[in-house]
Amino acid sequence: MSANEIFEKVQKIVADQLGVETSAVVPQASFQNDLGADSLDTVELVMALEEEFEIEIPDEAAEEILTVQSAVDYINNKVTASA
Amino acid sequence: MTNLVSKRVVITGLGAITPIGNTPTDYWDGLMRGQNGIAPITLFDASRHGCRIAGEVKGFDPHEYMERKEAKRMDRFAQLAVAASKQALADAQFVINDLNAEQVGVMIGTGIGGLKVLEDQQEINLIKGPDRCSPFMIPMMIANMAAGLTAIHTGAKGPNSCAVTACAAGSNAIGDAFRLVQRGYAQAMICGGTEAAVTSLSVAGFVACKAMSSRNDDPAHASRPFDKSRDGFVLGEGAGVLILEELEHALSRGAKIYAEIVGYGMTCDAYHITSPVPGGEGAARAIQLALKDGGLAPEQVSYINAHGTSTPMNDSTETAAMKKALGEHAYKIAVSSTKSMTGHLLGGSGGIEGVAAVMSIAHDKVPPTINLENPDPDCDLDYVPHHSREMPVEVALSNSFGFGGHNVTLAFRKYVK
Repeated sequence: MSANEIFEKVQKIVADQLGVETSAVVPQASFQNDLGADSLDTVELVMALEEEFEIEIPDEAAEEILTVQSAVDYINNKVTASA
Repeated sequence: MTNLVSKRVVITGLGAITPIGNTPTDYWDGLMRGQNGIAPITLFDASRHGCRIAGEVKGFDPHEYMERKEAKRMDRFAQLAVAASKQALADAQFVINDLNAEQVGVMIGTGIGGLKVLEDQQEINLIKGPDRCSPFMIPMMIANMAAGLTAIHTGAKGPNSCAVTACAAGSNAIGDAFRLVQRGYAQAMICGGTEAAVTSLSVAGFVACKAMSSRNDDPAHASRPFDKSRDGFVLGEGAGVLILEELEHALSRGAKIYAEIVGYGMTCDAYHITSPVPGGEGAARAIQLALKDGGLAPEQVSYINAHGTSTPMNDSTETAAMKKALGEHAYKIAVSSTKSMTGHLLGGSGGIEGVAAVMSIAHDKVPPTINLENPDPDCDLDYVPHHSREMPVEVALSNSFGFGGHNVTLAFRKYVK
């Protein structure tokens, strides 16, 4: 899976979970500051990403995923590592 | 007791989302037409259930009342309550602002709460494992959340609570809200009941306790209160909300006044978990207490919106209770069960039936009991069969009874200066 494919999937999940337009889910967008996520939203978002990409995101890692780009990067590393 | 504050409390706004209409006006028109709201269940696959019919709310779009994300974070019972509350506030033209927010409260009852989300999450828990459960499960499921979310969505910062007295919950909530305004703890209350329990587990449970109609092949005639061939209740869903307002406050802002709420009676059978006490003495005392609270004589009562669930036990026992409480005058009162049209909304029923009782006073018309083809000999009052009736309605009572033996009667009266 290419980084671009990952981004597109992440974009769709984030838009769906947080109830925002897909166009607002740009790489530099912060989940909490730009996309209106609260602490519960973040937990649910991480769970949705885990399911979609069939990976595990430990709590310590999840705490570092603050922007769309950081989510894409983290997933890209995991998916590439396991491939 | 003589030093208690006692203010007059009036109804200035109504909200209703029901199986026969998604606004108070559509609901009332449906009641006046004798519209049936019962149909085969579509909200889940009921093919294996003993009861496969219900009064579902049709075409409700939560996004008319809240953002997409907000709706996603609410169980349907809370969505319905928030929507009905917004309708009621708009109807009352009541604006909650920084100056009055602490004087406006919320009291919304429910019998069950967010059962759908609980069922969905339990499936995830069992199949995918406990660490896949949603962080929103608990705040979506807990029964107080209709009241909590209504406050979040309206800004009402005053007294806030939730009655969970099964099928009496909506009426308890209205009665408790009445007391708070009457005693000066709030200037206005958003109050009523909500329920969205047309779910697989809920229907399975009610079927197991032999409470539901099995007239699956004839849904339009399944809810038939006071009829000889009634065979159980039909589940409904929805929310009904009233704005109760201290009279002087309402007058000072030129609010339209639908009616006055004057009495609240509440008792318990202390008898059985699901069956009413034979003879209905608990319900009779609730009716008597509501009359006493409102300073009313039985002869002043024009209309009773009965609990009238269409179960064999309730309707004859409630009839006995009305006769016990109101004596010979019981035969002169128009009594109807609007559950014949909406089904039984459990904790939501007190809400929408409170709305119906208030509308009956405002319009001087009473809704019918449909499907009453052959009255049970034990049910010998005037149940307004088939067709609505125009008549002066000075005082309307609304009865609600719940599993646990809870009995509640509310008394509404035409407002006069």
